[in-house]
Amino acid sequence: MQPSAFEPSAADAAERELAALRAGDEAAFLALVNRYHGAMLRVASMFVKSRASAEEAVQEAWIGVLKGLHLFEGRSSLKGWIFKIVVNCAKTRGVHDGRAVPMSGLDDLADEGPSVSPDRFRDDTERWPGHWSQPPEPWPDERVESSEMLALVREALETLPEAQRTVMSLRDVDGWDSGEVCELLGISEGNQRVLLHRARSKVRAFVEEQLGSEGSP
Amino acid sequence: MKLSVPDLSCRELVEIVTDYLEARLSVEDRTRFELHLGYCEWCRTYLRQMRQVRDATGELTEESLAPEAKNALLAAFRDWKRGSGGEKP
Repeated sequence: MQPSAFEPSAADAAERELAALRAGDEAAFLALVNRYHGAMLRVASMFVKSRASAEEAVQEAWIGVLKGLHLFEGRSSLKGWIFKIVVNCAKTRGVHDGRAVPMSGLDDLADEGPSVSPDRFRDDTERWPGHWSQPPEPWPDERVESSEMLALVREALETLPEAQRTVMSLRDVDGWDSGEVCELLGISEGNQRVLLHRARSKVRAFVEEQLGSEGSP
Repeated sequence: MKLSVPDLSCRELVEIVTDYLEARLSVEDRTRFELHLGYCEWCRTYLRQMRQVRDATGELTEESLAPEAKNALLAAFRDWKRGSGGEKP
């Protein structure tokens, strides 16, 4: 193999990881499991009816990963390949469970109305139409940086419609880029952004409501 | 002085804030967006909160694996290693 000055070291790390896995390195396998298991469960949940079914699909996917490890050619990323297996396992199980294969996020794309309640803006008969009449108040830094903020965000995420929650989690919790999310979920870049926007807007609104109602000092 | 581009309202800004953060606005729309931010402290606050939400979400971690599930996977890995697995030297 020719090491190239232009090759990102991430590619080398991926190469080493694959080699370690193939050599049966348990630590490498556990690291992989810890890194992806939560996201796999989240993705699987989109296609099946129950939590238990999602867990089974993920277990099955890991077995599939092990079986295929020697055949994996490294043309796609290991991550992309693993998640494709999860989706396949979950879809098969979902069909069994009688849950229609979702949406490509589309059922969550129905018009939901504005990101911020219209009565917080001046109406068209007023001066400065469309500008804030009830503007957002800055959040105190000490609360934004507290564990309270994390708890609120976590709570808000759980209340989102599934496709929105999945997109926001993959993007913002797991740090995927938009291309990876689109490919995995089979949605367009534009739809991905709509889902992300709705999700983040709702989480912001939830945090605002909670921080406001609890009355900061 | 008249601006060459129409002004953006706050109500419009909150709908394109994600496009802005994702760097998906056209040059013209980004200019309108930033011009608006220049005079509107409220929308600066709104944008800041969207970033704070995104960043706080980034500090969350996915649910960790239950010990039983982890043990089951490790057992599967060992089986695999004994069977087909473990690259031949």
